[in-house]
Amino acid sequence: MPNDTQHPQAASTIDPALLDYIDKTVSAKLDEQFGAISGQLKTTNRATIVVFSNDLDKLFAAFAIATGAAAAQMQVSMFFTFWGLTALKKKTVLKGKSITEKLMTLFLPSGPADAKPSKMNMLGVGQAFLKHVMKKKNVSDLPDLITLASQLGVRMVACQTSMDIMGIRKEELIEGLDFGGVATYIADAADSKITLFI
Amino acid sequence: MADKFLDCKQLRCPMPIVKISQTIKQMSPGETLEVEAIDPAFKADVKAWVQQLGHELVEFTNGAVQKAVIKKVR
Repeated sequence: MPNDTQHPQAASTIDPALLDYIDKTVSAKLDEQFGAISGQLKTTNRATIVVFSNDLDKLFAAFAIATGAAAAQMQVSMFFTFWGLTALKKKTVLKGKSITEKLMTLFLPSGPADAKPSKMNMLGVGQAFLKHVMKKKNVSDLPDLITLASQLGVRMVACQTSMDIMGIRKEELIEGLDFGGVATYIADAADSKITLFI
Repeated sequence: MADKFLDCKQLRCPMPIVKISQTIKQMSPGETLEVEAIDPAFKADVKAWVQQLGHELVEFTNGAVQKAVIKKVR
């Protein structure tokens, strides 16, 4: 098939109005075809993190990544489930809970400041040691990092099913949270460029 | 001489990048920001961050105190 590079004179012999018409028709046809699949190509500049653990070190990693992503102008969603929910606690309420819920509450950390490291806790000695080292090296502490994430607009979703299982009430958690289930996580994760399970 | 200065010598990852991001947001395109930091990840992080957001790393000085000059492009 001949083209412009083989026949440079061809373009100049064609009526400019006809060229214009061809351009417009081709462009419209392309828009029509790509428009149909553009919905499938859509990915938001989002990072979604499932926070499952309540270990001090893992929570630190989760919030460091979340704030780092927010600093890179990404939308960030954090989905807190099971043990991870205790990172969102601001107070402990026992009143009105069943015996099993009270037991759960007493055995779980009372909040982020109470989180223990995943290794070398040694009945709290390791926790105190790690916190001391991090403070000495000017690493932000976990509660501050959580507040910062919130200020940077990180979306935090508490899993309501886990809350029910573990007897955690809304009034025990920090302000500004969203509540939902697995579909809420999937909806955010489905159009994310980064998804992590911590 | 940079338009703005940010002291991150007391900060650790992820704080320098968070502070840079917050400061750059308040600046106009074309303006420069000078940052001083001691975190070992600072050099790699500032390079990656600048590249991801389409800004420009005008200058980087190694040392006990690292110095970066970032130009806000857009």
